[in-house]
Amino acid sequence: MRWLLGKDLLILRRSRLLVGVLVIYPIAIALLIGLAISRAPGKPRVAIVDETPPGQTIAVGNEHVAVSRYADQLFSQVQPVHVASREQAIDDIESGDVVAAVVIPRDIAARIASGVSQGSIEVLYNGNALEQSLVQSQLDSALAQANLGFSEQIQHAAAQAIGVLLSGGNLGVLGAPSNLIGLGQIPSDLHSIIARQPPGAERTQLERIERFAEFADQNLGLSRNVLSTIGQPIQVKSTLIQGRRTPLNTFAVVVAVSVSLMFVCVLLAAGGVALEREEHTLARLARGGLATREGLLAEKLLLAAACAFVLALAMLAGIGAFVHLEWSRIGEWAIALAFGAVAFGALGIAIGALAREVRAASLLAFLLSLPLAFLALVPSGSVSRGLYGAIEAISFVFPFKAALQALDAAVNGASPGLGISVAHLLGLTIVFGALARVGLRRLD
Amino acid sequence: MNRVSPVLSARDLTMRYGERVALREVSFDVDAGELVAIVGPNGAGKTTLLSILAGVQSPSSGTVSGPATGAAIGWAPQQSAVYSKLTVSENLRLFARLEGVADPGGAVARMLEQTGLSERADERVQRLSGGNRQRVNVALGLIGDPPALALDEPTSALDPGQRQRLWEFVGQLARDGTAVLFSTHHLGEVRSYATRAIVLADGELLFDGAPSDLIAASGGGERDFEAAFVAFLRERGHA
Repeated sequence: MRWLLGKDLLILRRSRLLVGVLVIYPIAIALLIGLAISRAPGKPRVAIVDETPPGQTIAVGNEHVAVSRYADQLFSQVQPVHVASREQAIDDIESGDVVAAVVIPRDIAARIASGVSQGSIEVLYNGNALEQSLVQSQLDSALAQANLGFSEQIQHAAAQAIGVLLSGGNLGVLGAPSNLIGLGQIPSDLHSIIARQPPGAERTQLERIERFAEFADQNLGLSRNVLSTIGQPIQVKSTLIQGRRTPLNTFAVVVAVSVSLMFVCVLLAAGGVALEREEHTLARLARGGLATREGLLAEKLLLAAACAFVLALAMLAGIGAFVHLEWSRIGEWAIALAFGAVAFGALGIAIGALAREVRAASLLAFLLSLPLAFLALVPSGSVSRGLYGAIEAISFVFPFKAALQALDAAVNGASPGLGISVAHLLGLTIVFGALARVGLRRLD
Repeated sequence: MNRVSPVLSARDLTMRYGERVALREVSFDVDAGELVAIVGPNGAGKTTLLSILAGVQSPSSGTVSGPATGAAIGWAPQQSAVYSKLTVSENLRLFARLEGVADPGGAVARMLEQTGLSERADERVQRLSGGNRQRVNVALGLIGDPPALALDEPTSALDPGQRQRLWEFVGQLARDGTAVLFSTHHLGEVRSYATRAIVLADGELLFDGAPSDLIAASGGGERDFEAAFVAFLRERGHA
């Protein structure tokens, strides 16, 4: 085997273009995938036309909420571009400088303060169906966040006003008397007055007022809780049922490295076996036992796995310089990468054994690997249950998902554990190794 | 008269691919130093026979015996089975090592000398002409110094000059005692270089003897070998 290994290393060294492609292509793909996954959707660049006069406020009791707070909430959700007029905003949308525009009208404060109509803003956007859908979705989310933040401000002001009504003080509303008695004080004050009243119609009336004051105090007190409930009727409590929470950026690292491991390993192994057929040397090697078919396949698998392992480990270490990874788990990384590489190598030699030439093997390897990688990344719930079941079944019989899970377990401690994934990879190695052996029955 | 033991003995070789019978109970012996041509129309079973003798595939039934069987018979397939990214000497050294040759370096030097490729030793095979590539192909078959050599259409891709040089080389091998079996469609080569011809058609062995005997068997006269061969096949129902 060592002579064949030496021969293949020599051939690999002389195939500079192939080596270059095998190294650069997966790294480029991996980085692109990593960037695509790790980057949260960027904040949309949105033109803001704020027509409200500077310093305008909405009065709620003795509290004043600045209208600019709404704009501030919105600005934190988008990349704001301040423009002077609606026309300027439309020009910017048409030129592609911004994806949308939000017009905050001059009368928004008056409408909110009126208590009879909602404040409204205008949203303008452009683009094709996909862009519209994306922009609208992003903007809806941003506006919902801004609305929520703004309503919290108003709730806070309303709660303060209710507090004054309950406890007494100055409401701060134009025309309202100062040093108001609180609803909470009325029953006790009234009680002492009633005690001094002789029985009769007046005392009965005062007792009715006392009961109302007690009732109003109790129920207005509840209204503060009601306000917060209306503001956020459902509170979300997240519980992860299984495994450890994997940060998106380290999961992106795992995806990127797994993709590289797969490409290098599958392409090298498939190409290595197919090369023997293309050069017509398979029969020369196999006859008379110069090299057994099993030995030949094992040599190709190990060479591909070793090359891919080194590349993937170097990638992981390199990325580790930029993303926080737990270096104490390096032993587990190595186990996951090694078993993943061997399983990918087995898939590669099976492809190579079926193909008659290197180009066909490479094409087949690409055609098979790319969809497998994408399928393995489809999250549950994003497609119908039946389709997801089919995707799961396909992902189960090919090594990408198992390798991804093994590496995720090794790097992030995610579930299923490393042991289960490694056992899965080992099983797939045996299956694809056997398929490769069957494919190599034919020597020509 | 005591006959020297054959280096290779084929007995009742039969090869089936499903329903199709590629070889039917073919038997013959080959002695050291013989240059045996295996001829026949396309699909006659020539390549199948040579690949069985070379140990590339096993027959459905029948046996191959003698000192030159399996890995002990040199083999040069029709299409060059060499690594094109390796140099001539790297190819030779690799197979010398795989065949367990005691002195790989010496064997490589000897083969380079014998095949006239010494000056091309460090050249990658992919840069060689078809003739030189075929020489490397034959040299790889001979690197283990086998007592017999099986050549499958060795001159099919060569120009006349290259063919002549190859036959000079192969003739010298035979004179040195190596039994050489070759298949060919160039019947002139059979007449010129072979000491014996085996004619196959539809997997059956129809003739085994000297080329001149084939001419006699088809009526003799002044016919050339090709005309005699065609007439011979036609008489036996293989047009």
